[in-house]
Amino acid sequence: MTGAAITLDREAGAEAGRCAHCGQDTAGGARFCCAGCGAAHRLIGELGLDTYYTRRGDMGATGRPAAEGEAIPVTPFVMSEGDQCRLDVMVDGLQCGACAWLIEAALAHDPLLDHARVNLTQRRLRLSWHGAPEIGERLAGVVRGLGYAVAPFDPERLATTLDAEERDLLRSLAVAGFAAANVMLLSVSVWSGALGEMGTATRDLLHWVSALIALPAIVYAVRPFARSAATALAAGRTNMDVPITIGVTLAAGMSLFDTWQSEAHAYFDSAITLLFFLLIGRYLDRRARGRARSAVEHVAALTARSATVLDANGQARIVRPSEVALGETVLVAAGERIAVDGRVISGSSDVDTALVTGESLPRPVTPGETVHAGMVNLTRAIQVATERTGESTLLAEIGRMLAAAESGRSRFVALADRVARSYAPVVHLTALATFFGWLLLADAPWHPALAAAVAVLIITCPCALALAVPAVQVVASGRLFRQGVLLKSPTALERLAHVRTIVFDKTGTLTIGRPELIDRPSAGDLEVAAGMARASRHPLSQALVRSAPTAPALDDVVEHPGEGLAIGDVRLGSRRFVGAPDPADGWRGPELWLAQPGLPPLRFRFADPARADAAETLERLTALGYRLVLLSGDRREVVAELAASLGIADWRAEVGPAEKSEAIAALAEGAGPVAMVGDGLNDAPALAKAYVSIAPATAADISRAAADAVFQGDRLAPVAEILDVARRAERLVKQNLALALAYNLLAVPLAVLGHVTPLVAAVAMSSSSLLVVGNALRLGRR
Amino acid sequence: MTGLIYLIPAALFLGLIGLAAFLWSLKSGQFDDLDGAGSRILFDDDRPPNPKTETKP
Repeated sequence: MTGAAITLDREAGAEAGRCAHCGQDTAGGARFCCAGCGAAHRLIGELGLDTYYTRRGDMGATGRPAAEGEAIPVTPFVMSEGDQCRLDVMVDGLQCGACAWLIEAALAHDPLLDHARVNLTQRRLRLSWHGAPEIGERLAGVVRGLGYAVAPFDPERLATTLDAEERDLLRSLAVAGFAAANVMLLSVSVWSGALGEMGTATRDLLHWVSALIALPAIVYAVRPFARSAATALAAGRTNMDVPITIGVTLAAGMSLFDTWQSEAHAYFDSAITLLFFLLIGRYLDRRARGRARSAVEHVAALTARSATVLDANGQARIVRPSEVALGETVLVAAGERIAVDGRVISGSSDVDTALVTGESLPRPVTPGETVHAGMVNLTRAIQVATERTGESTLLAEIGRMLAAAESGRSRFVALADRVARSYAPVVHLTALATFFGWLLLADAPWHPALAAAVAVLIITCPCALALAVPAVQVVASGRLFRQGVLLKSPTALERLAHVRTIVFDKTGTLTIGRPELIDRPSAGDLEVAAGMARASRHPLSQALVRSAPTAPALDDVVEHPGEGLAIGDVRLGSRRFVGAPDPADGWRGPELWLAQPGLPPLRFRFADPARADAAETLERLTALGYRLVLLSGDRREVVAELAASLGIADWRAEVGPAEKSEAIAALAEGAGPVAMVGDGLNDAPALAKAYVSIAPATAADISRAAADAVFQGDRLAPVAEILDVARRAERLVKQNLALALAYNLLAVPLAVLGHVTPLVAAVAMSSSSLLVVGNALRLGRR
Repeated sequence: MTGLIYLIPAALFLGLIGLAAFLWSLKSGQFDDLDGAGSRILFDDDRPPNPKTETKP
């Protein structure tokens, strides 16, 4: 389709030279940058929704539709009850509220639809309708037509319990906040009344009211900490939550006793305020982690696949890959990812094995050859007899290597927990010593002795200490999140800060992972070639299409798997296929030839280019003192060339998955902690073996799962950014811990001597907490 | 000081209303999509007519 086919005249937001749909620059002042944008723009116009273009305003340009994207069938994921169906799908490409409005409004035109609701935070769409489950395909088609990618996901697979935990924390936070504010209000009147005017009866009344508010709130809000403390103690360990739980419980119990005894001081305000502060830290930490996790799930769902099973009568049935039985025939359409391990029984095609083996060029397959789950079928539909499923696939095998490698990493103990391990016993011993010191040395009665001991516990209750690490992590992960980096592991930042050596994979990590045209042929020739190439999913064809996105598709293209494309006498393909002479320039990379009648054959050369900022990023990393290593499964000369162009002296080619893993272990012994950056299935064991690992969002599922951090986008700079933020975060964490400990060193002697009144405790605790949080916020500034 | 007998319960009652309102809004899912809710208010009123209730053009 060309721009002339668009009948709409209203051009809200469109400028000359910019695509009217996605706002990207277009060649030669065309209205649209590609056919996909044109189609989306026309659909929006037909539905009468073109106010969308004014509404989105400055809130962000719409993403370019994945015109050639693979449409994943959604039917197997529909949940139906009678004729009432429900479907949850991930939507990619959502930019702002206008996108949510556009999708909901476009879907509202469907008469069978009951309800459609976009969740912009989770980037999900919930649909419910009356009728057959297959209607889901049509609804998903509408959203795809608007230019968004749609992927079904299995709601059971996405952990919902974690979400429940986040809600529980928020509820506890609300209760603690309410109680803390009201108790503090009463405490302030007690403190100011203590100067003279308030009578004992009034003070006791206020203490009783405080107890009434604080005790139920403490019982409710201490649960998250008590649970974690109990788990740690049951495992024979101690963590930061143990002193928190003991301190709060003792403070509350002691204050109740004092209130009953009509004593002057009660610590209800300290106990509940402490819980309130800690819950804020815990909730923000949880939410930052939850956001990163749901973003990773989002990426995973967008690459999830279903399988088409053919039964004996040739009837096709769409199922989830896990439901395919041994021996069943799976039909793999051109462009689809193969979901099982098996043998090709009919059809011949090319498969892209980049994610499985790291090779950048596709491999032709014919009946009898073995294919693996994760490869992409490119040229023609093939039928695959399933030979291995589930536990015995190559994927599962790599998964086992992964589990073995990961068990080593789980021994890592976070700095905060290491501090807590020595901190908790010291605190508890000090409290005990205080109690007996007063009792024996000062000959005091047991009550003031206990009061001093509890004061020690309250003042040392690690409010600042427990906030020191999460506060920095929340700020750091928030900053990285905005730049498209998702931290999956809570200890990732800490481990990243220790790294000395960085190992890179080649295909898909240092390079973009897809070939790009490097020649600049005449526009006419390119248009013919790209027009033919539109019919094919071969990576070289796709590269041609990308370099000429406006070229109209040509009809009657015949594809010869492993050879090329033809329309009559016009041929596009390998040198042998078009019958071109051997050029003597020694080019050994991928190439396509175009032969037109009466013209000499024309060559298009391709290369898998390094990411645009790869050289610059590697330079920056070298300057920071990191040792860089390149390990690739690809051929020697390709790797050598890239290593030379990027200035990596230390490289190895033709390395298998197990060897990569061994190489990492060897490097770790010689040169300290190793970070692995990789994307392929073959990198997964190495990612798990490394001290810490980073994967691009385009990586294979299992590699993304094995990595500690995932970065999005076409640039390599996030890798340097992660390491930079990790180092600065480490510095801030240490500063914070020092601040918190210094505060304790000052406050503990006061508490031991019995000078800590509730007022002193409240001021000391709040100020130390504010200090560490303020220090952590410095990381957010660029 | 007798004023406290009325003022403290009154203050607590008002606080509890706020707490209850927050917990209710949390339960009814109003915090599920904070990003979307902010812009939704700008667009919801003028949704195009639903073809289920009106004749198609």
